[in-house]
Amino acid sequence: MASGGVAGFLRIAAWVAVFALCACAPASHETTLKLWAFGPEGEAVGKLLTEFEQTHPGVHVVVQNLPLTAMHEKLLTAFAGDALPDLCQLGNTWIPEFAVLGALEPLQAYVDQSEVVRREDYFAGIWDTNVIDGALYGVSWYVDTRLLFYRKDLLAAAGFDHAPRDWDEWRRAMAAIKRNQGADRYAIFLPLNEFEPLLNLAIQQSDPLLRDGDTRGNFESAGFRRALDFYVEAFREHWAPSMSNTQIANVWDEFGKGYFAFYITGPWNIGEFKRRLPAELQGSWSTAPLPGAHGPGGGAAGGASLAIFRTSRHKQLAWELTEFLSGVKQQQRFYMLTGDLPARRSAWDFGAIQTDEYTRAFRTQLERVKPTPKVPEWERIANEMQLAAERVVRGGESADTALRALDAKVDDVILAKRRALLAARARQ
Amino acid sequence: MSGERAAWTFVAPALFVLGVFLALPVAAALLLSFTDFDIYALANLDNLRFVGLGNYIEVLRTPLFWKSLLNTVWFVALALPLSLAVSLGAALLLNSPLVRFRGLHRTALFAPVVTTVVAVAIIWRYLFHTRYGLINYALGHFGIGPVDWLGDPHWAMPALVLFAVWKNFGYNMIILLAGLQAIPQDLYEAARIDGASAARRFWHITLPCLRPVLLLVAVITIAGYFQLFAEPYVMTRGDPLQSTVSVLYFMYEEGFKWWNLGRACAIAFLLFALILVITRVLLRLARAQDHNA
Amino acid sequence: MTKWSVNGLLIAGSMLTLLPLAWMLSASFMQPGEASHVPPPLLPAHATLANYRELFLRAGMGRYLLNSFLVAGAITLASLAFNLSAGYAFAKLRFSGRERLFRAVLAALLVPLQVAMMPLFLLMKWLHLVNSYGGVVVPALASALGIYLVRQYARSIPDELIEAARIDGAGEWTIFLRIVLPLLKPMIVTLAVLTFLASWNDFMWPLIVLSDQAWQTAPVALAGLSREHVQDNELMMAGSVVTVLPVLLLFLLLQRQYLQGLLLGSVKG
Repeated sequence: MASGGVAGFLRIAAWVAVFALCACAPASHETTLKLWAFGPEGEAVGKLLTEFEQTHPGVHVVVQNLPLTAMHEKLLTAFAGDALPDLCQLGNTWIPEFAVLGALEPLQAYVDQSEVVRREDYFAGIWDTNVIDGALYGVSWYVDTRLLFYRKDLLAAAGFDHAPRDWDEWRRAMAAIKRNQGADRYAIFLPLNEFEPLLNLAIQQSDPLLRDGDTRGNFESAGFRRALDFYVEAFREHWAPSMSNTQIANVWDEFGKGYFAFYITGPWNIGEFKRRLPAELQGSWSTAPLPGAHGPGGGAAGGASLAIFRTSRHKQLAWELTEFLSGVKQQQRFYMLTGDLPARRSAWDFGAIQTDEYTRAFRTQLERVKPTPKVPEWERIANEMQLAAERVVRGGESADTALRALDAKVDDVILAKRRALLAARARQ
Repeated sequence: MSGERAAWTFVAPALFVLGVFLALPVAAALLLSFTDFDIYALANLDNLRFVGLGNYIEVLRTPLFWKSLLNTVWFVALALPLSLAVSLGAALLLNSPLVRFRGLHRTALFAPVVTTVVAVAIIWRYLFHTRYGLINYALGHFGIGPVDWLGDPHWAMPALVLFAVWKNFGYNMIILLAGLQAIPQDLYEAARIDGASAARRFWHITLPCLRPVLLLVAVITIAGYFQLFAEPYVMTRGDPLQSTVSVLYFMYEEGFKWWNLGRACAIAFLLFALILVITRVLLRLARAQDHNA
Repeated sequence: MTKWSVNGLLIAGSMLTLLPLAWMLSASFMQPGEASHVPPPLLPAHATLANYRELFLRAGMGRYLLNSFLVAGAITLASLAFNLSAGYAFAKLRFSGRERLFRAVLAALLVPLQVAMMPLFLLMKWLHLVNSYGGVVVPALASALGIYLVRQYARSIPDELIEAARIDGAGEWTIFLRIVLPLLKPMIVTLAVLTFLASWNDFMWPLIVLSDQAWQTAPVALAGLSREHVQDNELMMAGSVVTVLPVLLLFLLLQRQYLQGLLLGSVKG
C-alpha cells in the first residue's frame, strides 16, 4: 500500500501533465477558421464548406454546433472569457447587444469592395437589422418571419375556402373552427411561453414598441393595446388553449391529429411538417401571410446574420467565408439542406424554392417585415412583454394594469442605464 | 520547530485552493454587489459605477424577487415535511426486524440520490405530462381528473416538490436509519413489558431519541432546498407564470442571461443571509427547548 | 406490525421508487413518438436501438461522456491528494492556528457556492481556464467537506503509531505515505466515490465555464439536448440512461463504503 500511495501521487502528476498538454496543444500549421452555428444550420453548413476549403488551400473551417436555446448564455460567456470564434451565426435581434459590447467587426468597408454582397438584393427590413447607429455589423444569412400555418381541411369544414386576410376574418374563422372542434380541441395554438406570436401582431401596428429614441417602453400605446386585446381574445374565447410549448408533447403530431388548426411559426417548420405529417395529410395544410388588423399584415424581421468578431485574427478570411455563404448558389443549396429561406431576392427566382407552394407566403410577408427595436435589452423586454401577456391570460390581470406595470418595468429597470448613458454622452 | 513546517506542507495546498477559489470569489462577490456591473460595464469598465446598497434596494423592490422568495418558501414548506415523513417512514420500515432483503431495499430506495438531476428531471417531465404521463394515468384510475402538473401555476411547484422528494429522501433515510439503530433496545423492551402500544412506543421513545438527528436532517434539508435551481432549470424554466422561479433561478437569469452581475451578486447574498438566519434560528430554538425540557 | 405488512410496504415503496428509472430504460428502446399514447405504454412494442444510435452518431454523446469521465476522474484523483493530506494534518499534526483554520474550513461548508460563482468565473477568465477541463477541475481540487471527513476519520489513528515512526527517524511525508494512508484506506474509497458522483452530477458550474461544445460534460450536453429536442422524448430517455448508468453502477459496486461516508459526514457532525 505504501508504494500504492506514491504511485497514486505519480498518477495524479501524470494526469495534471496530460491536462496541461490537452489545454495548450498547438494546432497544426494550416489556418483554422472557427465558425459557431446553432441548431440545424450548424449541421448543414458543414456540407457547404468542402467547396470553400477547396478554393482556399490550407484553410480549415471548424464548425461548432451549439444548442439554440442556450446560445445567448454561451455567446456572452464566451465574450467574457475571450473565447469567441472568428465568425458566428448571430440571431439578428442579438446584433445590438454584441455591437454595444464592441465585439463585432464593422463590415461596410468589406461590402463596398464586394462583388457578391449587394445591399439592394436583400429584403430591406431584414438588411436593416444589421445596421446599428448607422454602422453595419452583419450580413443576413437566412431570413425568417412568423406566419400562419393552417389546416386547409379544418378551415374548409368551417366554411372558409381561403386563409383569413385580416383580423375580423380570422376571428370568424377561429370561432367557426372552435365550434366544430368541440371542448377538447382548439382553433389555434399560441404557446404562452413564446413571445413571438404576440410580437408579430404588435409589430404590424404603426406605433413603435419603444419611444424616445428607444429609451422608454411604448406598450400603453393604442397600437400595442390593439394587438394584446386580439391575442387575449383568442384565449378568452377558448380558440387557443392556455398552454406553453413544454406542455404539448409534440406540436407536429398534435397539428396532425387536429388538436389545433392554426399555428404561428417560422419557415423551419415547413420541412418538419413535410417530414413528420402522415402522407394522407400532406394535401391538407398550407401557409399564409399573417393577417393584419385591416388587410395583410407584416411581421418581425427574423433570421440570422453572419457576423465577424473583432477578436478574430483572420478577418479577411472570415469575410471571404461570409461572401461564399452569401453567394446565390450557396444560398439555394443551404435552402435545400435546411429549408432556411435565402436572404437575397435573386436566390428566390429559380429552382425548387420558386415553385414551392409553402414558401410563397413567406416571400410576400418578407417584403413587409420590420426590425425589432435595436437595443441590447430587447430580448429581455420581449420576455417581460410575454410575461405581462401571460398574466393577463392565465392570471386574469386587467390589460391596463399589466401594460402600465410593463412600461414602468421597462423604463425604470431595463432601460434606465441605457437612458442614463445616452444622456451622459449627449451632454459631453 | 520543524514539525510546524512539515505540517504546513500538508495543509497549504488545500488551503491555497480554498482561499483562492472560494474565499477570494466570495469576497469579490460582496464587492461586486455594490456596483452596477452589467453588459455596459463589460463592454467598457468606465461604465462601472459604485452604487452602494443600490442593488440590494433595487432587488428588494423587484416584485419578481419577492415572488421567487415566496415560491422558494412555498417549495420548502411543502417539501420539508413531506421528505422528512417519507424518509422517516422508510427508515422505520428498514429498521424493522421483520424485513427480508434489507440491503436490496436500501439500495433501491437510495438509488435516486445518486442519479444525475438533469437526467431524471427529463424522465419526470414526461411522467407529469398532462395527457401521456403515467402519473395522470394512475390518478385517472382513482377518478381524479387530469392535472396539468407543469402548466398550471398552482400545480407546477407541487410537481417539483414530488420530484425533489423522490430524488432526495434516500439521503435522509440513511441518516435516520443510523439514528434509529443507535437507540438502545432495552428502552423498547421496558416499554413493551409496561404494555405500551407500538404507537405509544413511537411517540415516547423513538421520536424523542431521534430528535437531535431529526433536527440535524431538517437543517441540512432546509439549507439544500432553499438553493433550489436545477429542478426548475430543466423542468419548467420558471414557467408557468413564473410560479417556479426560485431565488437562485432568478439570480442565474439576472447574472448569466442578462449580465447584471452586480444585481445577481446582491441576490446571492440576500439568499445566503436568509439561509444563515433560518438555520441559526432553528438551532437556537431547538437548544432553548432542550433547556426547558 | 405484521411481517406481511412491513415487507409489503417496503416492496411497494422500492418499486415505486425504481419505477421512473425503469420506465426511462423502457422508453429509451421505443420508436420515436411511441411513448405519446393513451394509455401510456410501459414496454416498447418493437424494441429498437435507434435512439442510442442517434445519440452517439449524431448528437455526439460519446464525446460528452468521455469529458465527464475525464473531468470527474481528474477531480477525484487530485482532490484525494489535497484533502487527504490536509485532513490528516488537521487531525494529527500540530501547527499554530490549527483550530482557527479548521473552523474557517467548516464555515466554508455553509457558504452557498452560487455566491462565489460569478467572481470565480472572472478569475477563471483571468487565469485563461475558461473553456478548458482546467476550469472545472482546478476549483474542485480541495473541498471543505473532504477535509472535514478525512479529519474525523484520521482522529481515530493511534498517536503511538506515528510517534514510533518519528522516533525511528521517518520524515513526516514518509509517515503519511507509509503508515497513515494504508489506515485511511476505507475513507479513501468513500471519498473517491463521493467526489466522483458529485463531480459527475455537477451541472451549474460546468454549464457556465465550459462554453465550447467540445468540452461539455454529459449532464450539460443532456440539458442542451433536452431544450433542443424537447419533442423527441424517446431520444432524451436514451440520453438520460447513458448519463445515469455510470453513476448508478459505481454506486452499486461501492455502496457500502459510500453510505458509510455519508454517515460519517452527517451524524458525527
